[in-house]
Amino acid sequence: MTATQPKPRTSRPGLLGIYRSDLGKKYAMAISGVFLLLFVFAHMVGNLHAFEGPEQINHYGEALRELGEPLLPRTMLLWVGLRIPLAIALAVHVHAAYALTLTNLRARSGSYDGRNYLAAGYASRTMRWTGVITLLFLAWHLADFTWGIKTVNPDYVRGDVYGNLIASLERWPVFALYLMAMGALGLHVWHGAWSLFQSLGINNPRFNAYRRIFAIVFATIVTGGFVTVPIAVQLGIIG
Amino acid sequence: MNLTLRVWRQAGADAPGRFETYPAEGIPPEASFLEMLDIVNERLERNGAEPIAFDHDCREGICGSCGVMIDGVPHGPQLGTATCQLHMRRFDEGDTVVVEPWRAAGFPVVRDLMVDRSAFDRIIEAGGYISVSTGSAPDANEIPVPKDAADAAMDAAACIGCGACVAACPNSAAQLFTAAKLVHLNLLPQGQAERDRRTVAMVDTMESFFGSCTNHGECETACPKGISIDTIALMNRDYLKARLSDRRLLGRS
Repeated sequence: MTATQPKPRTSRPGLLGIYRSDLGKKYAMAISGVFLLLFVFAHMVGNLHAFEGPEQINHYGEALRELGEPLLPRTMLLWVGLRIPLAIALAVHVHAAYALTLTNLRARSGSYDGRNYLAAGYASRTMRWTGVITLLFLAWHLADFTWGIKTVNPDYVRGDVYGNLIASLERWPVFALYLMAMGALGLHVWHGAWSLFQSLGINNPRFNAYRRIFAIVFATIVTGGFVTVPIAVQLGIIG
Repeated sequence: MNLTLRVWRQAGADAPGRFETYPAEGIPPEASFLEMLDIVNERLERNGAEPIAFDHDCREGICGSCGVMIDGVPHGPQLGTATCQLHMRRFDEGDTVVVEPWRAAGFPVVRDLMVDRSAFDRIIEAGGYISVSTGSAPDANEIPVPKDAADAAMDAAACIGCGACVAACPNSAAQLFTAAKLVHLNLLPQGQAERDRRTVAMVDTMESFFGSCTNHGECETACPKGISIDTIALMNRDYLKARLSDRRLLGRS
């Protein structure tokens, strides 16, 4: 691409038209990111039921399937209200990330000899990698606890949340995998939970300083909360 | 002062480039970085070699012509100044200094350390102006501007268009430049009527040349005028607003 020949303008009306622009993809990243952040937070809080014992966490698992009952059929709200919207949010998040990564790689022309980063942190520069690691982990995690694929979790018993998590997290390679994945998620959230404010233009000198604090606290709480369960299983506190 | 330079040499836009090492001996510490390059170039010419090509004009940090990557930092180790305001006393005796052109697909290398920054001109052409006649300088006071808006617009207007933001960005994004120009005009009363059209046109043009923002914050640190990434957030907000409302059809449906 030369500096004198821009590609044709792509501005089209409608929400899809906005998404076609790079800024539009950033809005989509931020909005889907908010939804995914709310999910990981709720997931983390839900996990803590494991400390209450088998009955409570299994009951919590069943309660999620029974959400909306008796007004709605069993698992309907779980699918329509949570799983499908989450899958859509994830798909949008991943597609926007993929498209923007291609744009950004095309926009570059070689790297510098001895680049010195002054502001960009470890978390912001590894977003692509932590994102991919989290996505790969998600596939494992679903196979492990949701689908109960035998090669991933041989002792899986449908509905026995407590037994399943012990059976899986007792194995030290799986334990290590979960810790690493939560580290990646934590780094991703560390940057993402701040970045989303900038992308959406939520910027005001009155609260700007708190945006970074919010992201750090949020990432710490989510990662910390998540890792307590595998650590507790390894230490025998759960089990 | 005696230094060693590792300089990017490239004969032309399509020629392959490479690093060359040159001694820079007996450099006075009070020389600016560009004066140091002048001294090195004089010696190269005396020896019949091609001098190192670099852009420069005012040499007082207000024109935005100069700008090279020095030791992996745009405009070098002294923050808040352009390359011309960087003095050799900032370096230590015996240092090896790596000098490279801005690297971005939107800024193709013309020769050595010179890059073609006309992509910035395309962005300005798309909307970096106010169409109505605002009169001569004294008429500027005809429209009162609140002090805080005037200050914020002036801070953004400090952008000299040097391209350090693009050079610093790992995505080669021109967000800080475009946002500075947009905020400069969009905060002022004279800029309101064309605010939406300007924002969409400038952002779309920017996107046709450059990458997208991932909020690293490198640009803000590299900017010789200290323009804040707050301007990028304002641009993001304005673009969303502009795309959601369409003034062309306002009141005509």
